[in-house]
Amino acid sequence: MSAISQLKNQSAFDLLRFRRNPAAAFFTVILPLIFLVLFTSLFGNETFDNGAKLATFYVPGILGLSIVSATMVNLAITTTTRRERGMLKRLRGTPLRPWVFVASQVVMATIIATFMTVLIVIIGRILFGVSLQFSAVPTLIITLLIGAASFCALGLALSTIIPSEDAAPAVTNAIALPLYFVSDVFVVTEDAPKFIEVIGNIFPVKHLVSALQPAFDPFVEGSPMEWGHWAVVAAWGIFGAVIAMTRFRWTAS
Amino acid sequence: MNAIEVRGLQKSYGDVHAVRGLDLTVHQGEIFGFLGPNGAGKTTTIEILEGFRERTGGDVRVLGQDPATAPLSWREDIGIVLQESEIEGELTAREAVRMQSAYFATPRNPDEVLELVGLADARDQRAAKLSGGQKRRLDLALALVGDPKLVFLDEPTTGFDPSARRESWDMISALRDLGNTVLLTTHYMDEAQNLADRIAVIANGQIVAEGTSNELAEQVAAIPRITWSIPTSPETAAVPGRFGAVADGDRMVIETNDVLNVVNELTSWAADPANGATDALADLEIARPTLEDTYLRLTADAGEASAEPSTAGTTGRSKRGSRSRGGRR
Repeated sequence: MSAISQLKNQSAFDLLRFRRNPAAAFFTVILPLIFLVLFTSLFGNETFDNGAKLATFYVPGILGLSIVSATMVNLAITTTTRRERGMLKRLRGTPLRPWVFVASQVVMATIIATFMTVLIVIIGRILFGVSLQFSAVPTLIITLLIGAASFCALGLALSTIIPSEDAAPAVTNAIALPLYFVSDVFVVTEDAPKFIEVIGNIFPVKHLVSALQPAFDPFVEGSPMEWGHWAVVAAWGIFGAVIAMTRFRWTAS
Repeated sequence: MNAIEVRGLQKSYGDVHAVRGLDLTVHQGEIFGFLGPNGAGKTTTIEILEGFRERTGGDVRVLGQDPATAPLSWREDIGIVLQESEIEGELTAREAVRMQSAYFATPRNPDEVLELVGLADARDQRAAKLSGGQKRRLDLALALVGDPKLVFLDEPTTGFDPSARRESWDMISALRDLGNTVLLTTHYMDEAQNLADRIAVIANGQIVAEGTSNELAEQVAAIPRITWSIPTSPETAAVPGRFGAVADGDRMVIETNDVLNVVNELTSWAADPANGATDALADLEIARPTLEDTYLRLTADAGEASAEPSTAGTTGRSKRGSRSRGGRR
């Protein structure tokens, strides 16, 4: 089998596993939707100074959370689990090229992230009247791809520092949850203390969310190129990839 | 070309020498039993052969290649059943085998492999729902689907009930008929005896005996043992020193090939009222050690020998004369 068909095959089986795993489906698909409905229902009708509804802020915020969840959180947990249960070791004993396996994980996670993007765009439109700005769709697509790839790399990097299967969800959420709060996912950080803003600006989640916002901004013109935000997200992705490549283990500790 | 060729294999973890100068030859098409107690170096050795661990020294050839530097294509011909490896529980048995088959250039038909390991009826069950025995069959199916020339089985029946073990044995024997070479590790002598064409006993990081199970029995020269209970009453006379009896636990033991004469003399001595030894030979027994006994002694001896570094390189054969008694069991 060629590398490309192996890649398609492995991604398909991993997607199948994802679909049959109720916990993964709940945390990756259902929970973000619950957040979207809750936060937007509670605060969505408040308005910014420019008259835009807060709902236009929550949709890209929760979308950012969904992307991080489908990629970083998902891969950190599944990769650790597979390693600790000896599944990676079994893979290592076959002629499957390691890059094909890693790429299939990225493809699988990116497909889930894309599915979530479509779902959130539809729900945002139907329930909360937040329209996707078609002129800015290229910005959305580029952000989604850079974001998914970078947070996949960070997820694989995280798996290398997580010691056990039990620790995987705890460590991953302990990192992701606080980041959501300082990254314009749940609350606007505009008037927040300086240090919150600084922390948010250092880490990649806020830049991901910021680059997602133009696609839902009713005042957007054309398709803005978010070079600054993309650069920060990509830099973190490269950092993650380096950690993952140098520290990756196929066998349980 | 031999399937596996190992010369002077060494593996150290810091100051711990897990494998110390191990030699091993596995011919093509045979089932080779690699037998030893836990901690003897079995898994370390097999993982070096599988290319999962780096060795500290020695030469290793597996299917003609050095596992440490072999290209990925080398793995096309190798099937591995790991000691501890879970199967993706969300997949059915058939899906798991199909997923694995895609990793190989010329795989076997997944359905035929499931048939071969006796999982045809359970193929649409999720792996998580399979019984322990069925999971091990699926493990074997995953190892076979790439159509390997050489199959590594690391303790394939550990934790099985007796009937599940029998079934596995039948399945492993069937591999030989497929033309596969099999390297099987186990800590059960009966398993090695039942399955393996040839057996190597590893203890303390070295091979201490090697051959067919018959040769092994000969090699360690199961010398008959005459034993009896050590008398509890102090009035009973001790057996004269000329018999060379030694205490082993609560039994006295004489090892001799001249059973008839020794027993004759012993009993004459005990029967003579002048010696006051009428109870001296309670529970007298004559027995030829089983291969299991021999194996336990071999591995226990090697454990003791490890305390003396000078014995490194000693083989089971040359140790026969100087064996210390009362090995750990």
